[in-house]
Amino acid sequence: MFRLNDEQRMIVETVRRIAARELAPRASELDKAAGFPHASVAAFAENGVLNPLLPAQYGGVDLGLFTFSLILEEVGRACAASALLLIAQADGMLPIIHGGSEFLKDKYLRRLADDSRQLTALAATEPSAGSDILSMRTKAVRRGDKYIVNGQKCFITNGSVADFFVLYAYTDASKGARGISAFVAEKSFAGLVYGKNENKMGMRGSVNSELFFEDMEIPVENLIGEEGGGFINLMRTLAMSRLFCAAQAVGIAQGALEEATKYARERVQFGKPIADLTPIQFMIADMAAAVEASRLLTHKAAILFDEGEPDRAGTLAAMAKFTASDTAMRVTTDAVQILGGYGYMKDYPVERMMRDAKLTQIYTGTNQIMRLVAGRELLRPK
Amino acid sequence: MCITPETPQELAMLREAVYRAARDKIAPLAASIDQYGEFNRDVEALCWDLGLLTLALPPEFGGLEKNTGTALCIAVEEISRFCASSALLLIIQAVGSFPIVHGIRPEIRDEVLSRIRDNRELVGYLVTEPSGGSDVAAIKTTATKDGNEYVINGAKCFATNGGVASLYSVLARTSRGEGHRGLSFFMVERERPGLTVGKKEDKLGQRGSNTTEVFLDEVRIPEVNLLGEEGSGFLLAMKDFDMSRPAIAAQALGIAQGAFEAMVKYSTERQTFGKFIAEHQMIQAILADAGMLIEASRGLTYRAAALYDEGKRNTKIASMAKCFASDAAMKITTDAVQVLGGYGYTKDFPVERMFRDAKLTQIFEGTNQIQRIVIAREILNEVGFTI
Repeated sequence: MFRLNDEQRMIVETVRRIAARELAPRASELDKAAGFPHASVAAFAENGVLNPLLPAQYGGVDLGLFTFSLILEEVGRACAASALLLIAQADGMLPIIHGGSEFLKDKYLRRLADDSRQLTALAATEPSAGSDILSMRTKAVRRGDKYIVNGQKCFITNGSVADFFVLYAYTDASKGARGISAFVAEKSFAGLVYGKNENKMGMRGSVNSELFFEDMEIPVENLIGEEGGGFINLMRTLAMSRLFCAAQAVGIAQGALEEATKYARERVQFGKPIADLTPIQFMIADMAAAVEASRLLTHKAAILFDEGEPDRAGTLAAMAKFTASDTAMRVTTDAVQILGGYGYMKDYPVERMMRDAKLTQIYTGTNQIMRLVAGRELLRPK
Repeated sequence: MCITPETPQELAMLREAVYRAARDKIAPLAASIDQYGEFNRDVEALCWDLGLLTLALPPEFGGLEKNTGTALCIAVEEISRFCASSALLLIIQAVGSFPIVHGIRPEIRDEVLSRIRDNRELVGYLVTEPSGGSDVAAIKTTATKDGNEYVINGAKCFATNGGVASLYSVLARTSRGEGHRGLSFFMVERERPGLTVGKKEDKLGQRGSNTTEVFLDEVRIPEVNLLGEEGSGFLLAMKDFDMSRPAIAAQALGIAQGAFEAMVKYSTERQTFGKFIAEHQMIQAILADAGMLIEASRGLTYRAAALYDEGKRNTKIASMAKCFASDAAMKITTDAVQVLGGYGYTKDFPVERMFRDAKLTQIFEGTNQIQRIVIAREILNEVGFTI
């Protein structure tokens, strides 16, 4: 089951090597400085894994969601913030792949080809519209061959560093979900104003920004699909993004499990390694079992996407998201516990992993929303 | 203003006074104390003014006639609602001075205890070593008798108030090969030659408390600084736990209470899907669980403190309180960040700090794994089964 083919094995090995050489040694400093992971961008771009989902006809490698989830796990294991960078790239690209005109695809997707270091983002969340995305207030009004956009977005991953990004706004607020449209906006557009970057507890090597739109002009050809098609377009990306978050969470949990295991073998208390103590063995067993279960669920959802069953995949991805992120939270909390006083110090990576893990329970749909999504789908009369 | 709480009414007055002081004077500093990770002298001065740093001393030196454990828990809980680091100051003052209060020689007792009160001196507790955290019997620091002096050598780590204390209770080995029966407590003054403070730890949370390494290199102290008898150190440490574990439980309880209040407030202000999020049943379930855990923690914590105050054996309940309340605090603070969502994850709201602060309560004063072993041993002892 889920056996990797040669290409996947090679990619995982490559990413693991990048993670060990380039990401892991910088993770602590990145967290402390709360900067942007330029070194990670460079390492990903040089090795062709900055945009693994980019279709082949636009110069990409089109690796599929299963392979992408393997990459995210390997990256998340070493540096969760760098995994979030890859996720933001995918989130900013998928809406164009799913709904963009040939013109848009050609214009923007090609910019991400080969060893490009261009960055993208997805801008949907607003101060009053997180889980409840229909409460967004940003509006786009058509005027001649332009849309004039006013409003604001917040917590946008890669927001202030993206070269271009997908923006969601109401073109007709009276129509609810059918009144939201998706656009491609560029960094250079007049009327785009950057607000603050958030000072976060974890994932501090990821930039999360406020964006303000003050009569920002977007050419009509940058509309993705039809007017009113934005919500469906967004849901399609978010269904996949849940899977990415799950894979990242599996990586964080795996990293913490490895740290805890290593420490337990080395730390001597009561005359023997704490690995010999039953309570520690039970903790490690529970942690490992939860990680394996989360990984399998994540892989299953990914493979269903790749096999062209998006509805089943979406439900599985929601289940994978809350299972893997809850696992990451518990496993990292327990990893700090196993490392004891040392685990609580910044000299060891597990406290960072614990802070990073918390975001996976929240972003791209809180775990409460994920349970609603899964529960409603499972209970829907068929 | 000092209150001597002899009655339930006076304990309630103490709670109210500490609550007001913490809310008005400490809460506004909490975020910056955390950000800069620095010990705050204003908070310390406030705690001295309120009499909270002499609570565990004998009555003639500012302590209480009775209800010491309960009063300590009350003060710690109320401060922890706003700033866990500041509450840790009180706990360590009580923990560090315990071996002195209960073991000091009559000939220097008044001088030392007046010194603590009059000079407003902090007392550190030097027990943990790099190789001996949960395993107290593994302590390697030695105290060797040399004429009418002891010579102490060793390295201590994770010492709360390590860099700001002027007196230390130091646990050291006075005889080899006797496990925990070979351990003794000593009072060591900061100014003794050979005592140096090492690096300050950069911690996940409780960042305003000063945690350092302390090195003892050929530190000579007079024989009279031995606390209790030679070999009584482990027993003193265990008795200290009977007071400190309820206090740690109170700290966890206060952190949980603070996070609970933040999530209740936010959930009644934030709207999604046309309703306050408090109107969504999934949020209600989180609030209900948090409320239950807090009430249960409170019950255990004050029961453990009351038993201590009555001079009854409280080891089992104290460990239960510490373990339960700290696990509850970790869960509740994690959930509080969840309820506040993306905002909870930013430093603009206090719940992410409470989440980081809570984790320490599962670790120190005996990890929760150790607490479960203690609890089980006590349960089995009650039925005559010895392990």
